[in-house]
Amino acid sequence: MASGPDIINSIYPILPVAVTFAAPFFIRLLAKNRNRREAVSFVFSTITFLAVVFMAPGILEGKIYTCTLFRILPGMTVSFCADGLSMVFALISSFLWILTTSYNIGYMRTLKEHAQTRYYICFGVAVFGAQGVAFAGNVFTLYLFYEIITLFTYPLVAHYQNKEAFSAGKKYLVYLLCTSKLFFLPAMILTYVLCGTLDFQLGDIQRGIFPADANPVLLIVVYVLFLAGLTKTAMMPLHNWLPSAMVAPTPVSGLLHAVAVVKAGAFSICRIMLSVFGIDALHNLGLNMPTAYAAGFTIIAAALIALTKDDIKARIAYSTVSHLSYIVMGVAMLTPGGVEGGVSAIAHDAFPKITLFFAAGCIMVVTGSKKISLMNGLGRRMPWTFGAFALATLSFIGLAPASGFLSKFYLITGATDGGQRVLMLVILASVLLNMAYFGPIVIRGFFMPPVKGVDLSRYAEAPKTMVVPMFMIAVLSILIGFYPQTFVDFVDVYGRLWR
Amino acid sequence: MIEPHFPILTCLILLPLLGCVPFWFMKTSRAIRWWAFVLSLAEMMPGLYLLRFEMGTADFQFVESVPWVTDWGLQYLLGVDGISLFMVALTLLIFPFCVICSWTSIKGRVKEFHVSLFILVSALIGVFSALDLVLFYLFWEAVLIPTYLLIALWGGNGRDQAALKFILYTLAGSALLLVAIIAFRVEGGSYAIPTLMSRSFSFRFQQWMFVIMALAFAVKVPLFPFHSWMPGAYGEAPVAGSIILSAVMAKMGAYGFLRLGLPLTPDAAQYFAPLLIAMSICSILYGGLLAFAQSDLKKIIAYSSLGHMGFVVLGIFLFNLNGVQGALIQMFNHGITTGSLFAVAGFLYSRSGSHNLSRTLGLGKFVPVFMGFWGFFVFAGFAFPGTNNFVGEFLILAGAFERNLWIGALAVPGALLAAAYMLRPTQKMAWGEPATATGWRDMIPREWVSLVPMALLVLYLGLAPTLFLKVINPSLKHMIGALESRGAMTLMVDKNILRTSNNRVPFDGNAGGGGHP
Repeated sequence: MASGPDIINSIYPILPVAVTFAAPFFIRLLAKNRNRREAVSFVFSTITFLAVVFMAPGILEGKIYTCTLFRILPGMTVSFCADGLSMVFALISSFLWILTTSYNIGYMRTLKEHAQTRYYICFGVAVFGAQGVAFAGNVFTLYLFYEIITLFTYPLVAHYQNKEAFSAGKKYLVYLLCTSKLFFLPAMILTYVLCGTLDFQLGDIQRGIFPADANPVLLIVVYVLFLAGLTKTAMMPLHNWLPSAMVAPTPVSGLLHAVAVVKAGAFSICRIMLSVFGIDALHNLGLNMPTAYAAGFTIIAAALIALTKDDIKARIAYSTVSHLSYIVMGVAMLTPGGVEGGVSAIAHDAFPKITLFFAAGCIMVVTGSKKISLMNGLGRRMPWTFGAFALATLSFIGLAPASGFLSKFYLITGATDGGQRVLMLVILASVLLNMAYFGPIVIRGFFMPPVKGVDLSRYAEAPKTMVVPMFMIAVLSILIGFYPQTFVDFVDVYGRLWR
Repeated sequence: MIEPHFPILTCLILLPLLGCVPFWFMKTSRAIRWWAFVLSLAEMMPGLYLLRFEMGTADFQFVESVPWVTDWGLQYLLGVDGISLFMVALTLLIFPFCVICSWTSIKGRVKEFHVSLFILVSALIGVFSALDLVLFYLFWEAVLIPTYLLIALWGGNGRDQAALKFILYTLAGSALLLVAIIAFRVEGGSYAIPTLMSRSFSFRFQQWMFVIMALAFAVKVPLFPFHSWMPGAYGEAPVAGSIILSAVMAKMGAYGFLRLGLPLTPDAAQYFAPLLIAMSICSILYGGLLAFAQSDLKKIIAYSSLGHMGFVVLGIFLFNLNGVQGALIQMFNHGITTGSLFAVAGFLYSRSGSHNLSRTLGLGKFVPVFMGFWGFFVFAGFAFPGTNNFVGEFLILAGAFERNLWIGALAVPGALLAAAYMLRPTQKMAWGEPATATGWRDMIPREWVSLVPMALLVLYLGLAPTLFLKVINPSLKHMIGALESRGAMTLMVDKNILRTSNNRVPFDGNAGGGGHP
């Protein structure tokens, strides 16, 4: 056992949140000049990333930074903390915001989209919400930023303001808001009633915050409420909002799937499981394996549905539903490998996932089509785009040393440690299914002749502002595999007492 | 009781009445409006004296006691404690807000309008500071006339019927209240509320008195099923009328429960608590569902008030500190939020000439700042975390879960309904087609002046309500303590639900208590 946590009061965890908070105001202020408006996103995203990176050495040394901003009620504050778990999500969301901004500019300008200022403002607020979720120091702060993400991504989902967009937006809000109000809110209130505080247990994932004499049945109810309330994780059967939200512009899909939304949900579940309930309570209440099996079911079922989709965005969306459950399943194993694999999957899956969406966006900008069956031969006209898609696919298939390999490796290790053969089989089956639903897109693009009646000669690569960030992320998704400890170190620091 | 040095409460009651006198010498509407605005701000100046309120005590403060009709035992007895202080503060705060929101919407009989408003404010401060039952009743009644006039003379198309319904309902309630007051004098030998609070009445007497008073208060809140006057009155009243009706007058009923119902008839209050809790939950759900079905902005806000006030009464009858704290906070916060929403609806009316949603479409594109303010108060309206309403709602729900898990579970959908009925019109207003907001002017300075302080209050009370809690807690703890001493413990938290019993094996998660060091 290592020594106790080194918890330090510091403004560090507020800095990235404050920077992202300021960004939308500046975007609004400079709305009239589009170059300046978009430069604001670049500048603020870079500063945010640097502010997060700034904390990394201290966190890796075992420090935990905390800061309280407002005291609302006894035991309920707006407070922030930066620990290993926060860093994984914060690093990813802030870094991908930089690259997404570049892609955004190309996409929005090329398609001459309407309401671009509103779009950038909401995008900025969503990232603010993601940073808030990452650095939340208690359940209330987590809830606050979780809700901010929900409400400010609605205008992005319904961006096109047509019937289809409104319908998808409505579904998005109904799913996310209903579950958070009906389940997350009472779960939080019951936690407050039982514990008298909503603060996370920091530096010790073994212990939760619940008192030893809490009614176990009630604790199970609270746990299930939390799980059902955090619908952003898109675990079945509460996953339907995610494929519908694909009606949004492609960079928004990237935001939803990799930068802010679903990752915020998965991160929140990790936080609730490890910093609120704690490993001992989850073990003793027997909650871990049912959660892992539910996640395992989602992994397979969503992958099977993805196989049936001809719409490239829908296929990627179902793959997200499937991949998100890796995170939940890994953490629910409650073994070192499982937690490492689950939490690091937040980062390891983000790079290839956003690459896939960006590639799909490039294809749509160029061809105006989302149909996979019409993409035969398109890879020869758009080699960089399809190349990036192929690299991301390699990652999801789990080919070493791509980033996807790492999370799968840790997850299998975790399943082996826990003697969970079924979960191991789930991961292996999912690898095959990933190959089955992503592989054909690459093969069609590069190796199959064009579909009759489709003239590919008029197509070329999308604008550089879109292609360059996409390819950079694709390369990064491979490079990360050469530095497997980049994110796992943070997870290890987070769970050091346990280890 | 802590004796005051200055009769501040009398001053606050008299100032608006004396301020009416110069109206008779004013010729132009502009002069009347400016005088009204200046006086409403001036009323807040003596109000600052209330900052000398001593925290940490449950005693009445700023007490003024003057013998009145000695043969009948009447006295002019005023004072405030933690429960009433914020109601007086809310009235003072809403006063200039009402004046400024009526600046252009009231076109005829401007002088009479402001006189009615001033009398109403004076009477409301009287209600919240009266410590003598007869005085309380006089102020209670005095509220009715100017409110009736506000609805009947300056209201919308259906004003006659709305005003009539309002006066009939509330007069019936008031008559019942009078019966209770006389009965308390006969049984308790005094009209002074502090004296009566120290008396112990028979359970049978308490039952009758509680039923009579509860009817009067339930009408005023209003509480399901005594709410049918409310949509008409809120909907047809002029903006200032809607604001003061929802923000302050609705609180009279809830205040009545806190000031008279619980302290004077504690055993009966406990006896009838399940009924009141059931009525509150019905109000929350029924109000929410009706609000969702409306297409008239003022009606949406009106029915949302039914739901919010349902939460308030629920909190009161939970008989635990979280619940009652939440109720009192919610009373104040609902005043701020609903008042602001009515104000924004009024500003919209001055542009569209209608409260119908179909006439207020496309605001997001053409009047974005205006839409931003509406959106902000909508967030507060459905208790978005970090806004004022969240604190009250959270405490009430915590109190509900503490008391009984099922009460909490039944009340939670109210929070969801609030989000639904608030966001549905907001979405239409922002993006609805065909846009009707073309050519509208965005926020004008007068609107900024009225809404910015309210917005700041929403944030302040949402993020730092500790001062509020410090002021109200001693009085509420004293009240809860008195209830517990009378055996309310049987109705308190069922600890067995929350904790394992002694012979049960705990789950052994940890030694308890997380949190940051």
